[in-house]
Amino acid sequence: MSELRELYQDMILDHSQHPRNRGKLEKATHHADGFNPLCGDKVKIDLMVDNGTIKDIRFEGSGCAISTASVSLLTEAIKGKSEREIEILFGKFHDLVTGKNENSGESDNLGKLAVFQGVREFPMRVKCATLSWHTLLAALKNEKKVATTEK
Amino acid sequence: MLMPAKNPITSFDVRKVRKDFPALELLIRGKPLVYLDNGASTQKPSAVLEAMDDFYRSRYANVHRGVYELSEKATQSFEETRDKVKNFIHAGDRKEIIFVRGTTEGINLVAHSFARPRLQEGDEVLITAMEHHANIVPWQMICAEKKARLRVVPMDATGTLMVDHLDSYLTDKTRILCVAHVSNALGTINPLETIIHKAHRMGIPVLVDGAQAVPHLLVDMQELGCDFYVFSSHKMYGPTGIGIVYGKKELLEAMSPYQGGGDMISSVTFEKTTYNDLPYKFEAGTPAIAEAIGLGAAIDYLQAIGMESINSFENELLAHAREELNKIPKLKLIGEAFCRSSIFSFTIDGIHPHDIASILDREGIAVRAGHHCAQPVMDFFKIPATVRASLSFYNTREEIDALVRGIYKVLDIFG
Repeated sequence: MSELRELYQDMILDHSQHPRNRGKLEKATHHADGFNPLCGDKVKIDLMVDNGTIKDIRFEGSGCAISTASVSLLTEAIKGKSEREIEILFGKFHDLVTGKNENSGESDNLGKLAVFQGVREFPMRVKCATLSWHTLLAALKNEKKVATTEK
Repeated sequence: MLMPAKNPITSFDVRKVRKDFPALELLIRGKPLVYLDNGASTQKPSAVLEAMDDFYRSRYANVHRGVYELSEKATQSFEETRDKVKNFIHAGDRKEIIFVRGTTEGINLVAHSFARPRLQEGDEVLITAMEHHANIVPWQMICAEKKARLRVVPMDATGTLMVDHLDSYLTDKTRILCVAHVSNALGTINPLETIIHKAHRMGIPVLVDGAQAVPHLLVDMQELGCDFYVFSSHKMYGPTGIGIVYGKKELLEAMSPYQGGGDMISSVTFEKTTYNDLPYKFEAGTPAIAEAIGLGAAIDYLQAIGMESINSFENELLAHAREELNKIPKLKLIGEAFCRSSIFSFTIDGIHPHDIASILDREGIAVRAGHHCAQPVMDFFKIPATVRASLSFYNTREEIDALVRGIYKVLDIFG
């Protein structure tokens, strides 16, 4: 049960049930769709990028608690950041959820995103946590292809 | 609702049966495995494992080749399975039993060798709203190629095919009707007798996807009268990598081979090849020999228990499961057809199926979460996914109760 409690922490449940920044951006400069064909999770991300940094972000989509909380917390974490900063952040986040980083996430300045450390005990759920990040990076590159967690 | 069991169980002893399946003794993180994903694939009885092991250790050789004793015996064991399959599904002739890799390849074989040459622009292929992707995509592919039209018989909100409307879909342009015997996502048992009768009245051949039916129901080709019936070994306690196409002899004889190679020929020159007779015409290359022998052992095993015993025990289990699940608040069963087999899909308000399955997994309970290779079914019910529990005769009431306790844990975590 403890592993489950660690996965489904209150913050994750809160963000999955009351996701932040949900909707569309009227004046989006960047957009991408993400899809996990394995489980059917879908996410659409709209960005407003100005001078290389993210001014605003909205998402739409349906998915499990982990993927919904992931995209919701992502929208809060990346405002004001540059593409490079986001790539670094995603690298740290990815290490956290795949268990490559044995430390707790706080030392890596992941902030609230550290709440996802429980995912590492659930390898099947890593893609749920990372789909939104792959989609975000695709949006920054304005890729037309639907983003997936497969490389 | 489900069909009432004809006879209460007298001889069937689930405790005893479970001992035949080594995998059922597995512990998942210290908890006994509760395996409820039998619709995806079943566990294997020792009889199947031993038959394959024995073949590889002491009797192995290629088939239909050597004049030496080992090959002759291997051929004999391999061909015995063809007879076992024929008897198991009451086919008229062993030549009507074609070994393929599985249901998917079987449907592709019929689509390619039977339907494709008979389809012209504007013709129609008819499928139903509850088909598995394996009974959708091969038809879409040949329809696209031949500029034919794929039409879909609808179902109602209970997950029952609207057979009353079937006549309006059966036209003089329909070249084949393809239908699941049992829906893999909903558990609905389709009324094949009526469907086949209506199609045949119009001279339309019928292919039945029997993947989810053969492990649970008595299947009788003479009674059904369908033209093709396709199923997989691994869902009926046999090994992976082998499945069956049953086809009416006169249709199979009129069809061209699916793949070219060894075994499917009687003579080859660079100018011309003469094809082998049935069933070998459709079995190019070295077949899955050990798997065929394993499938033979699975059929022996099922017949020793008896499909009627299996069916009535599973029906009791299903009734118990539905009764208990219906008591759980916020849980909604998807698919309420009157006639059902051992599959039930459900959703819980506000909780995604993947979260449910992850939590159940920590309790040692294996269920499937997702679209079950039936995305159109999910779209019909306007849901992204369901949790699917699919039963076998080796499951127990206690395992159902463990599932129910697991679901309450999910509700507890999600508050």
